[in-house]
Amino acid sequence: MNSFLDSIGYNNWILPVLLLLPLAGALVVAALGMAAGKGADRKTPELRRLVLGIFTLEAVLSLGMWWSVNVGSADWQAGFAVPWIPAWGIRFAVGVDGISMTLILLTTLIMPLAVLGGWTSIREKVHSYYALLMVLTTGMLGVFMALDLMLFFVMWELMLVPMYLIIGVWGGQRRLYASLKFFLYTMTGSMLMLVGIIYLGTQAADIAGHPSFAYDQILHNAQLSPAAQLWLFGAFALAFAVKVPMFPFHTWLPDAHVEAPTAGSVILAAIMLKMGTFGFLRYALPLFPSAAMNPTVRALILTLAVVGIVYGALVALVQPDFKKLVAYSSVSHLGFVMLGIFALTPQSVQGALMVNLSHGVSTGALFLMIGMVYERRHTRLIADYGGIAKVMPVFATLLTVVCLSSIGVPGTNGFIGEFLVLIGAFRSQPVYAVIAATAVIFAAAYLLWALQRIIYNPLTKPENERLQDLNWREIGLLIPLIAAIIWMGVYPAPVLEKTSAAANRLITHVHQAGNMAGAGMMGEEIK
Amino acid sequence: MMNAQLPETGHPLADTVARFVWLLPLLPLLGFVINGALALGAVAKIGPDDPSAGHDHHDAHDHGSGHDDHGHGHGHGHGHGDHHPVRHEYAGIVSLVGPGVLLATFGLAVAMFLAMRGVNMEEPFVLQLFRWMPVGDLKINAAFQLDQLSMVMVLIITGIGSLIHIFSVGYMQDDPGYPRYFAYLNLFVFFMLLLVLGANYPLMFVGWEGVGLCSYLLIGFWFSEEANANAGKKAFIVNRIGDFGFLVAMFMLFANVGTLDYANMAEAAQKLPMGGAVITAICLFFFLGCTGKSAQIPLYVWLPDAMAGPTPVSALIHAATMVTAGVYLIARSSILFSMAPVASLTVALVGGLTALFAATIGLKQWDIKKVLAYSTVSQLGYMFVGVGVGAYTAGVFHLMTHAFFKALLFLGSGSVIFAMHRAYHATHNHDDAQDMRNMGGLKKFMPVTWGLMWIATLAIAGIPPFAGFFSKDEILGTVFARANAGPLSTATLLGVPGHVVLLTVYVIGLASALLTAIYMTRMMMYTFHGPNRTGEAERSHLAEAPWIMTGPLVVLGLLSAFGGWLNLPELLPIGPIGTLEHWLEPVVGVATARMAGSGEHVAVDTEWVLIGVAVAIAVIGMSVAFARLKPAALVQKSASPASEGFAKVLEHKYYVDEFYDDAIVQPVKGISTTVLWKGVDAGIIDGLFVNGSAAFTRALGWMGAQLQTGQVGTYAWVLVIGVLALLGAFTSGR
Repeated sequence: MNSFLDSIGYNNWILPVLLLLPLAGALVVAALGMAAGKGADRKTPELRRLVLGIFTLEAVLSLGMWWSVNVGSADWQAGFAVPWIPAWGIRFAVGVDGISMTLILLTTLIMPLAVLGGWTSIREKVHSYYALLMVLTTGMLGVFMALDLMLFFVMWELMLVPMYLIIGVWGGQRRLYASLKFFLYTMTGSMLMLVGIIYLGTQAADIAGHPSFAYDQILHNAQLSPAAQLWLFGAFALAFAVKVPMFPFHTWLPDAHVEAPTAGSVILAAIMLKMGTFGFLRYALPLFPSAAMNPTVRALILTLAVVGIVYGALVALVQPDFKKLVAYSSVSHLGFVMLGIFALTPQSVQGALMVNLSHGVSTGALFLMIGMVYERRHTRLIADYGGIAKVMPVFATLLTVVCLSSIGVPGTNGFIGEFLVLIGAFRSQPVYAVIAATAVIFAAAYLLWALQRIIYNPLTKPENERLQDLNWREIGLLIPLIAAIIWMGVYPAPVLEKTSAAANRLITHVHQAGNMAGAGMMGEEIK
Repeated sequence: MMNAQLPETGHPLADTVARFVWLLPLLPLLGFVINGALALGAVAKIGPDDPSAGHDHHDAHDHGSGHDDHGHGHGHGHGHGDHHPVRHEYAGIVSLVGPGVLLATFGLAVAMFLAMRGVNMEEPFVLQLFRWMPVGDLKINAAFQLDQLSMVMVLIITGIGSLIHIFSVGYMQDDPGYPRYFAYLNLFVFFMLLLVLGANYPLMFVGWEGVGLCSYLLIGFWFSEEANANAGKKAFIVNRIGDFGFLVAMFMLFANVGTLDYANMAEAAQKLPMGGAVITAICLFFFLGCTGKSAQIPLYVWLPDAMAGPTPVSALIHAATMVTAGVYLIARSSILFSMAPVASLTVALVGGLTALFAATIGLKQWDIKKVLAYSTVSQLGYMFVGVGVGAYTAGVFHLMTHAFFKALLFLGSGSVIFAMHRAYHATHNHDDAQDMRNMGGLKKFMPVTWGLMWIATLAIAGIPPFAGFFSKDEILGTVFARANAGPLSTATLLGVPGHVVLLTVYVIGLASALLTAIYMTRMMMYTFHGPNRTGEAERSHLAEAPWIMTGPLVVLGLLSAFGGWLNLPELLPIGPIGTLEHWLEPVVGVATARMAGSGEHVAVDTEWVLIGVAVAIAVIGMSVAFARLKPAALVQKSASPASEGFAKVLEHKYYVDEFYDDAIVQPVKGISTTVLWKGVDAGIIDGLFVNGSAAFTRALGWMGAQLQTGQVGTYAWVLVIGVLALLGAFTSGR
């Protein structure tokens, strides 16, 4: 496989191609939409096949990275850089390591499924919808690839507008409130980060003579006082905490999820919720290690993470709306990721990455499945269902598997991540780990209770008696996700090996740099 | 899974059939896949391409066509009401695959057992399959460990499992969910084998939660009744509380010992000080896991509700195998528990209290399965007393004999319910087929079941020479011995000296034995003796179950009668002495010796006295029941008055469920709704900060808008004033 990929120079062009393909697709789709004029929506069947084709091509192209990327190397892989705005030292520079590679694959593999999930439910302004999905894809991939802080920020903001419109135009009844809340929340969070990025760029000018936003340069050469680090960490952390979302910055998420159309919810949960924790891993921790290792800062973040875990689970328990329930469960799951990252042991960090991936798969699948019954019954209220395993046995079976993975039952992907986070976190932060572990009880409670009220119990509502089971498209799009759930639960070693070198480099770097800055690390061993 | 690495060469089992140990769990998994596919294939109706336009198609959907109709309540699996039971379209192949894979697994297990007997084996046989969670210094492999302990467990699981699978072919024959039932049952055996064969704690945990999952699915098998679905969910969630303990124990073990494999545990654990806080905490957290899975105080509450599942499930999962996983866990961790006397005393005390507590509840239950459920909780308590006092062999021995006689009792009650239900079905009666007040005098109609269930009753009551007598006596005898010597007698539990704790446990054990004899005799008398209360019309339909169900009962009857010979005490040399003890010696020998200290044996005279007391207690219990209970005075359930006083408290199981609901479940829901969701989320964060800041911004905007009156004159004046003010500021500053 590798020699084939080498022979076509795969690593030289893959990243720009992955970024440009959806962008080009968006232009084509928009142009088709304008050309078709008023009757454009009648072209939906042809259009969605084209879109699915583009996303499938994107996914297939990206798969080569699994083999071509040398995850053991300390250098950026598949790197690509050209000057962009030379006067300000901004470059279009991209590259990946094991961590970003797995997230890119998650993105490219989820996107075609998200398109299939909204196959028949998007009926208006179809061209705009698909064009926005494609722009969004470029933005998300760009965030994971960027090696220039300004490029990173541009991509970060590029994600925001399409999602705002997807929720605001194709969303549910309260879509305007939800989309505005989503936009303002994230925007406010990001503004300070922009200030921080500009500060870092000009700071580089003091050293190198010209401004630079290159990631490596700032990582290795920036001379930041502990006080400056604290301010900068705060600016970045706020932007990321909103995106994670960490308690108490999470309240945009339930509204956004509930109002978003199926594909919007899927992308939001499966991919965009990874941005915040990725930001901590790539930027906030390694760039400002002494701030991140500051005992007060660390205790604050760990506390918020653990509060989020328990709080999200408890609030999920009492949600009458299934989408909201899953949204709050995301707050809980992402709390595990934050706990794993800030516990900063090899097991906890790799566990955090694993939780990210499995949350993407499982919660993505959950939102897809909610969309499937919503299309049939036009309600998300748990109380409107009950006993539908009788009429939708395939749906019930698959929903059970997905719920079990979200609960973290061993043998599924959900267990691996949570177990590694907790066993790793216990070594450095035992109290936080034990409190977080109580979530295994709550997770079972909220999901099994919901599952019972949806698929079990007597079938009493006449509307539910006529429900049709899943069709082949729906079954087909769930099969890859179910396969991933089992594969990552039974044989996660290949995935873990992809991320181990990058995770260990990060841990070593943060511990060393944090210690040099004299922020008072407690001398934790790196095992 | 196939390309398994061979284990360390030179192990005597490496060249035997044991190298196919991975086939043991794989066969039932295969059965699950086949039966599951058949189950889904039979009910699946693929929906239309555009689901939102699907309402045109509903005429094509022939609702209520029998095979997708899971809705049969009444705690049994037979079609009732208006339509005649129809065999499932795939019943033939399912009946072949379901029990077939189990019998094949059992055959393979027997072959491995024979291979093991043929070699001299001190070290366990570990087969590494693949790397599972390799992260840093945490190296968890998918690996199977075949040693004397896992071998015993595998034989029990697959042997009893085969019998119960065969029984199920008859019991579930008319159920519309027939393939789904066998799929779940096969999956259960897969996870149970994983639990006992896994070579490290995380892998055991996979089986541990996996069997819990199957238990959940099977308790809620008839999920269209809310009570059944509730019971399944309750079982899973209560078990998860225990699993939390299991997890924390693993975290502590890894953080302090550095490994989670059994293989080097004995060596690695020596880092920890004997009886120290860490090892004690590890063992107590493990035991929290046991109280969930094995239904001990305070987490036993799910097991009685679990009787909502089909009765063979109760026999296999909720009596013979899954619920004994906690006992296996402690026997497997005997090295750790023998280092923590305080934890071991706790195990013994909780086990004893559970035995007594559950036995008292068993005295007043009317549902035949509920009697057996509380009896199971009680007997599990005995097993924990055994492993708690370091009688690991005795604990496993009682696990085994209990599997024999309790599986027999449950399957026998299944036959009774089957007969009762057929009778009710024939007369279109919807009365309770499990209530003993509706039974009575069944001996006449079901003589084989009657005889076999009496064997099991004598066994559980502890009457020699039936199986339960030997295992129970060994446990009680060891408790007495440990009270006199060894590390447990000198340790203290919450300030109480160990020997006092142990003597208390001994007395509790005797009291529970008395109660066991009483409630079991009561159950037999009310079910099989006295006049029949089923009803005139129904009586003519009462009959023995078919042989596919009675056959397995006969085998279990033989095991219940003669199972004691597997581990005879030295005092009664009526056969080979201590077979099981010698067999398990390589696994639990070191820990047992450590727990025994200097006092391995009590004096022979004392031992005779102990045996005499135990037998006398059993005989007294049965005699009291015979003398005092009047089956002739009972009336049908519908005509029975409500009980009063303490009997009512017992019938309502001390109101523990109600207490948990009021003290935990409702407050959690209430606080989550009013304080967290409506209060913090919607109120403080959204109301005050998010929307509050939006309102604040709007207010600012409004003020700004007030300034913008649109009158040029005003603007000009403001401009002039501003310029003047600025000039003034600059000039005065200079």
